[in-house]
Amino acid sequence: MTLDQDAAVARDAGVGRDARFRSDAESEPPGDRPVSPRARRARFERGRLIALAILAVLALLPFLGMPGWLLFLLTIAFSKGLVVLGVVLLLRGDLVSFGHGLYYAAGAYTVGLLLRAGFPVRDAFPLAVLGGVVAALVAALVGLFLARYRGIFFGMLSTAFSMILYSLLLKLYWVTGGTDGIAVRVPTTLGIQPSADLIRVVQYYFVLAIAAGVAYLAYRVVNSPLGFLMRGINDNEIRVEYMGASVRRAIYQTYVLAGALGGLGGALVAVTVGHIAPDLAYWTASGEFIFIALLGGSGSVFAPFIGATVFEMVRNYAFKLSPYTWQMLLGSVLLVIILFAPGGLWSIIERLTQRAAARRAAAADPGTGAGDDKGRGWALSSKP
Amino acid sequence: MDQLARIVLDGIVFASYLFLVSAGLTFIYGVMRILNTAHGSIYGLGAYTAAWLLLRLWPGGSGSIPIWGSYLVLLLGALIVGLIIGPLMERLFIRRVVDRGEVIPLILTFALFLILDDVMKLIWGVDPLLADLPFSMLGAISLAGINYPVYPFLLTLVAVGAAFVMWFIINRTRFGKLVISVIADREVSGTLGINVPRIYTFAFTLGAILAALGGAFVAPMISVVPGISVEVIILSFAVTTIGGLGSVGGAAIGAALVGLLRSMAVQYVPELDLFVIYALMTLILLIKPRGLFGGVEARRI
Repeated sequence: MTLDQDAAVARDAGVGRDARFRSDAESEPPGDRPVSPRARRARFERGRLIALAILAVLALLPFLGMPGWLLFLLTIAFSKGLVVLGVVLLLRGDLVSFGHGLYYAAGAYTVGLLLRAGFPVRDAFPLAVLGGVVAALVAALVGLFLARYRGIFFGMLSTAFSMILYSLLLKLYWVTGGTDGIAVRVPTTLGIQPSADLIRVVQYYFVLAIAAGVAYLAYRVVNSPLGFLMRGINDNEIRVEYMGASVRRAIYQTYVLAGALGGLGGALVAVTVGHIAPDLAYWTASGEFIFIALLGGSGSVFAPFIGATVFEMVRNYAFKLSPYTWQMLLGSVLLVIILFAPGGLWSIIERLTQRAAARRAAAADPGTGAGDDKGRGWALSSKP
Repeated sequence: MDQLARIVLDGIVFASYLFLVSAGLTFIYGVMRILNTAHGSIYGLGAYTAAWLLLRLWPGGSGSIPIWGSYLVLLLGALIVGLIIGPLMERLFIRRVVDRGEVIPLILTFALFLILDDVMKLIWGVDPLLADLPFSMLGAISLAGINYPVYPFLLTLVAVGAAFVMWFIINRTRFGKLVISVIADREVSGTLGINVPRIYTFAFTLGAILAALGGAFVAPMISVVPGISVEVIILSFAVTTIGGLGSVGGAAIGAALVGLLRSMAVQYVPELDLFVIYALMTLILLIKPRGLFGGVEARRI
């Protein structure tokens, strides 16, 4: 057998795929790419260091004289990044949730309707958590049904469910305000009642903290047995079943998790923007999440946040420059990504850093194979 | 009684519209296994082209060409759009991703949808185009006790005609035989000497023509504005899923069901006119997971 055949067999068996999300020493499955434990450990340490450094820079941003609108834009981007993180978790199992606007809107309207109904708790944090919980409950119900489907059907049914919510939000105007939507006024954030000029800063830190916490949790999930099952399902779900795991349960659990993230993101956007409308559940909103997921790529739990930030920036500037062609610009970017950079922005970052790392490794310790990881997009891998 | 007549008539008309926009979508999926999110954009292009031609040839409702020519213009406009945009889209973009599973083409066509939406704004601006000449010319008739415009039945006629042409092409021509063979197994068909990529181009173009036809003939009934493609695609998703993806007959049944249900909802519970469509879709999929006429897919081990 040639090396290529070996690689093909390993790939078909669902092992030996490049580690899409960096995994630490404990959770790396046996038989995965030959990387010495020392190198792996070092890589994990380095990843953690980089993450903390990025977080520190982001935390310092408000002190660097950032204008309020830019903080606002980042706040929105991180909130959307949470939603996209959920979409990405599903994409890892080759499931396109082309209807994640359902959870986005569910989270946002949970906050809006609770406030409108005179809910006693009026702080942003518990409300956001509630948004996530309600969305998770909806996902627990919808997921029972969706876990049976794959491929195009999964996508279309997700769309149908989000459109059901959309039509209800639109037409039951005596509850939801119809197209006018609902104004969301959240008096306090974590007990702080910020003044008008500080509100953007407080919201920024609030969302940043939540995003950082959730990103860490998502990292743990990706490297848990559930995360590895999703990887296997992407390769060949029938083989996963033959190994004794329940594909449907793995998909269901991931789906509920993704729904919760969608609700959390939606609730945070509602709190930040201060206004919600049925468009949150429209299919184009869901398309936007898929867009961001592909833009960022799926090489890391940071990728959705990077993707969302770039997306919001591009959209902001493109819309200002030419309001009639910004969609065209987005579409063209998406086309280029699909055709030429299937791993998204993250794969480009990864390729650059790896080239440097490989050069270093080759000089210091030949044979660690640090340059193996091409960071190819799993979401865009072709099926046999 | 009046209400019932209105429900049936509205239902038939809406069903005709739904069939025109979904038949092409489901046909393309059947042949190529690609769900074309940009299908609604082709519909939009058809509508814009038709409305623009009408306004150009008959400015202010009169022109040197006899007015009955406007119906020919609708048909020609649709054919032009389909014949240009279909091969262009297939050759330039779809072809590159046809072997990359179902998900990538879905996203690629979503990108095309975003682009085409703005292309329409760039070409025709953002002001609505009102070209109701073919509509107003036919007037209204009294039917089952209610006054009803005549033009919508032309839409029904076009839908029935399109259904017949589709049936004829698939079942009575050499091209149809080749298509059926490609649907059954694209690899074996290729081995036997069938030019599969060419079949793809033809099939995609045929689907595009149908979508443009829908747009062109709906144009006189509505005001053509930016964003008309957005709703179309989501409705035709529902119709094709109900009927079973890949089945043109299924799309007809799906269109009839959705059309009647929606017109019923509009009369009795107008708040739920969109809701019922997706509720029906969910219900049918609960009972028949691949739609009414969806095939059974073998699991690949």
